[in-house]
Amino acid sequence: MEKIPILRMGEYLLVTIQVDMHDRLALTLQDDLTNRISQTGAKAVLIDISSLEIVDSFIGRMLGNIAAMSRVLDAQTVVVGMQPAVAITLVELGMSLEGVRTALNVEAGMELLRNSADGHEETQYGSYFH
Amino acid sequence: MAVISTETLPVVSEADIVTVRRCVRESAQKLGFSLVDQTKVVTAASELARNTLIHGRGGQMELAALNGPRAGIRLVFEDKGPGIPNIDLALRDGFTTGSGLGLGLGGSKRLVNEFEVKSQVGEGTRVTVTRWK
Repeated sequence: MEKIPILRMGEYLLVTIQVDMHDRLALTLQDDLTNRISQTGAKAVLIDISSLEIVDSFIGRMLGNIAAMSRVLDAQTVVVGMQPAVAITLVELGMSLEGVRTALNVEAGMELLRNSADGHEETQYGSYFH
Repeated sequence: MAVISTETLPVVSEADIVTVRRCVRESAQKLGFSLVDQTKVVTAASELARNTLIHGRGGQMELAALNGPRAGIRLVFEDKGPGIPNIDLALRDGFTTGSGLGLGLGGSKRLVNEFEVKSQVGEGTRVTVTRWK
């Protein structure tokens, strides 16, 4: 079965979505990530969506679910690399990904995670501009 | 307004939603849509195709590339599903009969220039949207 790979790097899990996902693949990723957080005790999940050409309400909901589930499992999620056209469309569609932390790119996302792991930014849920 | 080309695609599986997105993207690119406009029309198509699949129990999409005074894309989603009893309610953000977010119809309306829903309970639904370049 087709799956999106999840890489482990220390306490982080990294996911790069590079294909146009059909709905079931998105749900599989959601389940896989939740299981991996629980198995590995990962403290954070970084999801790179820079290759995604659209985010519709289904994928938006998946990102929100992953953020919520990882929070419940004591891990943080940061979504990085959203293309500007995708951001414009998503907001017009009516989704602003509330509760999902975002960063402009992988580097900024990693720094956001490092800072909040140090306890500097425990409760901030907003966009992070490097 | 002249129709340059039309294409009809089935919408009966999740994989078909991906195909719909790809074909609408290709068509928008060919017509010279900006990246933002491409993204908007593809996203609207994705939402509407999912509605056809889930709420309409499958159907089809007709894609027409338009020319004339303005270039544009017209998409017609048709199903023979249960129909929508109250279209105004279905267009409201957050209203859903499924497990989704209820952004499909209302959200995709905001992403296109023209939007029309015709539905007959027990017979089916037809959603026609147009996005101009």
